[in-house]
Order: sequence, then C-alpha cells, then structure tokens
Amino acid sequence: MSLKKEPDEGITFDTFMEGVWRQNPVFVMVLGMCPTLAVTVSAVNAVSMGVATLFVLVSSCLLVSLIRNLVPKEVRIATYIVIIATFVTLVDYIIQAVSLSLYEALGAFIQLIVVNCIILGRAEAHASKNPPLKAVVNALGMGIGFTIGLLALGATREILGAGKLFGFSLFGEHFQPWVVMVLPPGGFFVLGGWLLLFSFMRSRSEKGAAHE
Amino acid sequence: MNESLSQIFIATLLTNNFVLAMFLGLCPFLGVSGRLGTALPMGIATTFVMLVASLCAYGLNLLLSAFHLDFLRLISYIVVIASSVQLVEMVMKKYSPALFRALGIYLPLITTNCAVLGVALFQTARDYDFAQSLTFSLGGGAGFTLALVLMASLRERLQLANVPTLVQGTALSLILAGLLSLTFMGFAGLGGGE
Repeated sequence: MSLKKEPDEGITFDTFMEGVWRQNPVFVMVLGMCPTLAVTVSAVNAVSMGVATLFVLVSSCLLVSLIRNLVPKEVRIATYIVIIATFVTLVDYIIQAVSLSLYEALGAFIQLIVVNCIILGRAEAHASKNPPLKAVVNALGMGIGFTIGLLALGATREILGAGKLFGFSLFGEHFQPWVVMVLPPGGFFVLGGWLLLFSFMRSRSEKGAAHE
Repeated sequence: MNESLSQIFIATLLTNNFVLAMFLGLCPFLGVSGRLGTALPMGIATTFVMLVASLCAYGLNLLLSAFHLDFLRLISYIVVIASSVQLVEMVMKKYSPALFRALGIYLPLITTNCAVLGVALFQTARDYDFAQSLTFSLGGGAGFTLALVLMASLRERLQLANVPTLVQGTALSLILAGLLSLTFMGFAGLGGGE
C-alpha cells in the first residue's frame, strides 16, 4: 500500500480507506456538520441519513468523473451543484415512497444534502480529476466513513438521551434518561466529546511514538 | 399556519434559532466566528442573501406549483441562491475590498450554507404567505447574526484563557456552542410558539 498521492496512481486500498479512517469527514475534517448534528437523535435516523448521503455522493461522483473532460472550468461548480441537486431530488422521492415516517423524521434535512460540503468537496477535489472507477471507490469510502461517524453520534445520543439503541430499551425501567442529549445542545456536546476522545488518543500515540 | 408575524420573528430569532436549535449554517458558524470584526459583516451578508433567496423562492414556488413542476424546486432554489451570492460578492468587492478579503473563501461558501437553503425549504414546507416568508427570512438572518456575534465574542475572550492543549480547536468551539445552545433553550415558550 503506497501512501504517496500521485494523480496517475491506480486504485489502492488507501483510495477506499482515506474516507473511512484517515480523512474521516465527521471526526477528522469536521465537514457536513448540519445533517450530522440535526438528524443524529437516534441510531436509525443516523444510518438512514448516512445511506442517503452515500448514495448521492457515489452517483454524483460517478457522473462528475464521467463528464470531467467536457465541462468548461468556469462553470464546473454550477454543473456539480445541478448534478448533486438532481440526485438529491431522486433520494427525496425514494425515501418518501419507501417510508413516510422516516421521511417525516428527517424532514427538510434530506433536501439539505445538496449543501453538504462533503459532496461538493469530493466532486471538486477528487472526482473531477480521476477516472470513474477510482472516483467511485473513493466516494464509497467517504460515504461509509460519514455513515460510521453519524452512527457513532446517533448511537451515543440515543443511549444517553433515551436509554435505547435502535429502539430497544437497554437499561430497564429505572433508567433516568439524560434528556438534554437528544435536544440540540446534546448534539454539540456529544460531537465535542468524540473529538476530545480522538485528540486524546492521538496525543497518546504521539507520546508513545516519541518514547520508543 | 395562523402564526402571527411577531411570533415567527421571535421564534426564528430566539427559540428556534437557526444555528443553535436547528443546526443550520454550522460551517460558517465555526469557521468565521474567530473574530468579532468579520463575524458581524458575515452575518449581515448572509441575512441579505437569505432575504433575496426567500423572496425568489416564494415567487418560484408559485410558478412551479402552477405548472406542476414540483420536482424542479430544489434545483431552481439552489441556482437562485448561487446567483444572489454572486451578486453580494460583486457588490462587496466593489465597495469594500478589505472586507471582501477578510471573508475570503467563506463568502462564496454562503451558497452551500444550509441556513440559506433551509429558509427557502422551510417556508415552502410550512406554506408561509408572502409577509410570513419575509419575516421568517429576516428573523432567521438576525438569529444567525446574533449567534455568530455571541460566539465570536466568546471566542475572543477565550483566546486569553489558559485552556489545555488537548481541548483547543474544534472540540472547544463545539462545547462552547453547546453551552450557548443550552442558554437559548431558556427562551422556549417565548412568543407563544410551539
């Protein structure tokens, strides 16, 4: 596995893992925060949002990569946005058809996937410079990384705030839910907490490396 | 749908603040809130874009519903927002180049500010009429500016504080935002909202 980034390098394992771990959109880059915090009140919502974003990300990166040599440089951002908006409209209608209760829970945040910085960022930074297959693999990794991040937040907030996970009660009847965690402030606290944990782990491993 | 205008304004300004209660527009909220001097102009520019976007979205929605083109709504909204951001950018570049440079990349990024698209989408979802839409966008913009200015003031004070290196950066800003959001929950029930 080579870690060097060359434009003409083939598809490596790192193309995929970049988004899942090293450049995780939620925990490392802190991008796409609005849906991250708004819909993660329960694990189910978080996963649905993650999968919807994953779909839009992969399909728009594929299309952007296919037409990358046809689009004039000046209008590329506008083109990308229209492509993304098309796929989001698609997802919006699909979710509405599959599960109305989920649609109501996510509300306008499905349509707000359009303005998720991760998608435009990937389209501009990766898909517009790479062949379709590589772009799709990278987008898949990013999308999965985003879903994992959302799941981590959603699960934490659901466990603390409602004493449940995926709707199943965990602690029995006497559990006093920490309600603030499913309210807006909880979103900020939980993400802040996760970031703290990661920076703690990073400083530990750096210290460990310095001792050896 | 019978909310009065003052109710809508107070709700979007305080109880349902876009940033702190609905999580819209977090990227500029965390990105530009480092200094008070850039936070205020950023808030005003965003408010202006919101107002324009809200007006255009209202007209577009009428037009699209009349022709049964609902599926084009999202695409047309985003194009309108992108154009109005371009307008603000040109005006600002002409009249205040210093500010234009200070805001930097965050100015074109208003296009991908969830709060702006959020205004357009929520007013459509809630069937607001013209005056209500106008109030909603003004309240939303004022709320966004308020949150941004409060956050910038807090962070300016924090620069002098002795914070452990581990906590510095985004984690600190997030916990600060959480505390601010907790404070804003105290406004709940104000204006006879939900």
